[in-house]
Amino acid sequence: MIELAGISKTFNHGKPTEVNALNGIDLYVEIGEFLVVVGSNGSGKSTLLNIIAGSISPTQGTVALDGRDVTDLADYQRSRYISRVFQNPLSGTAPDLSILDNFRLAALRTHPKSLKIGIDEGFKYKVMEKLSLLGMGLETKINQPMGTLSGGQRQALTLLMSVMANCKILLLDEPTAALDPRSADIVMRTADKLTHDFNLTTVLITHNLKDAFTYGQRIIQMTEGRIIHDLKEDEKAKLEQADIFKWFS
Amino acid sequence: MDFLLTAILQGLCFAGIALGIYISMKIFNIPDITTDGSYMLGAAITATLFTHGMKFYFILPLVICAGALAGVLTGWIHTKLKVNALLAGILVMNGLYSINLTTMGRSNLPLRDYTTIFTRLKILPDVNQNTLVFAILAVAIMITLIGYLLKTDFGIAMRATGNSETMIRSLGVNTDRMKIIGLAIANALTATSGYLMTQLQSFADINMGIGVVILGLGAVIIGETMINWFNITSVWKTLLIVIFGAILFQLVLALTLSLGINPNMLKIVTSCFVLLFVGIPRLTIKTA
Ligand SMILES: Nc1ncnc2c1ncn2[C@@H]1O[C@H](COP(=O)(O)OP(=O)(O)OP(=O)(O)O)[C@@H](O)[C@H]1O
Ligand SMILES: [Mg+2]
Repeated sequence: MIELAGISKTFNHGKPTEVNALNGIDLYVEIGEFLVVVGSNGSGKSTLLNIIAGSISPTQGTVALDGRDVTDLADYQRSRYISRVFQNPLSGTAPDLSILDNFRLAALRTHPKSLKIGIDEGFKYKVMEKLSLLGMGLETKINQPMGTLSGGQRQALTLLMSVMANCKILLLDEPTAALDPRSADIVMRTADKLTHDFNLTTVLITHNLKDAFTYGQRIIQMTEGRIIHDLKEDEKAKLEQADIFKWFS
Repeated sequence: MDFLLTAILQGLCFAGIALGIYISMKIFNIPDITTDGSYMLGAAITATLFTHGMKFYFILPLVICAGALAGVLTGWIHTKLKVNALLAGILVMNGLYSINLTTMGRSNLPLRDYTTIFTRLKILPDVNQNTLVFAILAVAIMITLIGYLLKTDFGIAMRATGNSETMIRSLGVNTDRMKIIGLAIANALTATSGYLMTQLQSFADINMGIGVVILGLGAVIIGETMINWFNITSVWKTLLIVIFGAILFQLVLALTLSLGINPNMLKIVTSCFVLLFVGIPRLTIKTA
């Protein structure tokens, strides 16, 4: 589903601040695979995710999604494959728009936004139905501005919004970093459930090694823009939580 | 009483500027000051076409297209050439001055002998009241169109563009294109203001655009203060309040003048008035 070949990224090329964020990454993620990415700060995880999403273009290498070369497509042109949840809970939603408006846009992710009024009773009902799945009592608040919700609620909604339209790839960059343990748990469970229910190909970046251990079928560790550990399904199953801790010592 | 009616009429004519600034500043979060230029552009084209005997129903579409083009230019310079929005606006506004002057051929064009949209149809016997009816009608059409637009799927995407660019790009919207369209709409509205004002005062003058941007800003800021006071979220009410802000602004200026203040002082009064409204929310927060 996701194919990265020989991806390198250099920021500020030729300046004193030059950084090689990624050094020749080859990565193939299968359909329905839940991949967890760990690695210390600055190891290139977010850069990798941004390159898959198209918000950063690689210095070298190619990106293919669903067998199609998308290296030259901008992020908004790749959105028909990809849904994203950002590290900052505020990035995934528009605060001044109502919950309903946010969901309307999410439902149109793969469609043009046309000059007709798309929010009708049927759509409202659909959103309320989706919201009740979360069990946060948000289904009665669809007309509230998104900005009045907590970070955890917004992050959970961003996840839910990602499956409002046909979605194949889910990219999660530290989605729980800003959340309390309970909200973090809801968000991680929702992500896991959606991955299964919708057969999504999911890439999760996390610093929470317990989550890295609990969720996903495959785990990779990055250091200085390279993949230094890559454990597939059966190997990850055998992995102990302590083993992952050792990677960082 | 007459000067109050004149103020209201002027406020209604400035409604386009107010809506334009509302769209660029509040919806897209872009400080666009092409305004002075595109307002004058609307005025210049209106006066020139009238005096060249153009059929009156061709004039408005041309004015709207010209204003939109000015907005597209600013938007293109801002998004594609990555020039700061303020500078992009200043560049276009400055350039438009020459275009406007060349279009008119001289710095002042009177329209006394022509039938304007305010006098074309007589519904009410009194000229001023008749004008008022048509000005209200024009503003009502603008509000309806913009209000509808903002409620459509496209409009929601517009509102999200200025609110959370990361999010809306990840939802498949080309934000550069969106901003260019937004500035086109904003400046088309502004040019329409120039169109109305030229016909209201029956002349176009090359200097009539100087500083009009502040009228729009003032209207939006007055509107915003009221929106916060009354906790308004409805799109329609918001637009109405912005228009109300434009009218209130003109009324205050008219009252100031009627108190016998030197007209040379008008611009400083304008600035102080806007400053007052910007300041009120900050001051009340401090004391609270
Ligand atoms: N836009 C940018 N301009 C310059 N350098 C950048 C940019 N983005 C990332 N970098 C650099 O690239 C390297 C990798 O950054 P990246 O954000 O991918 O790390 P990360 O693994 O996500 O770290 P963290 O765990 O802290 O989120 C870092 O050295 C960073 O300073
Ligand atoms: Mg990161």
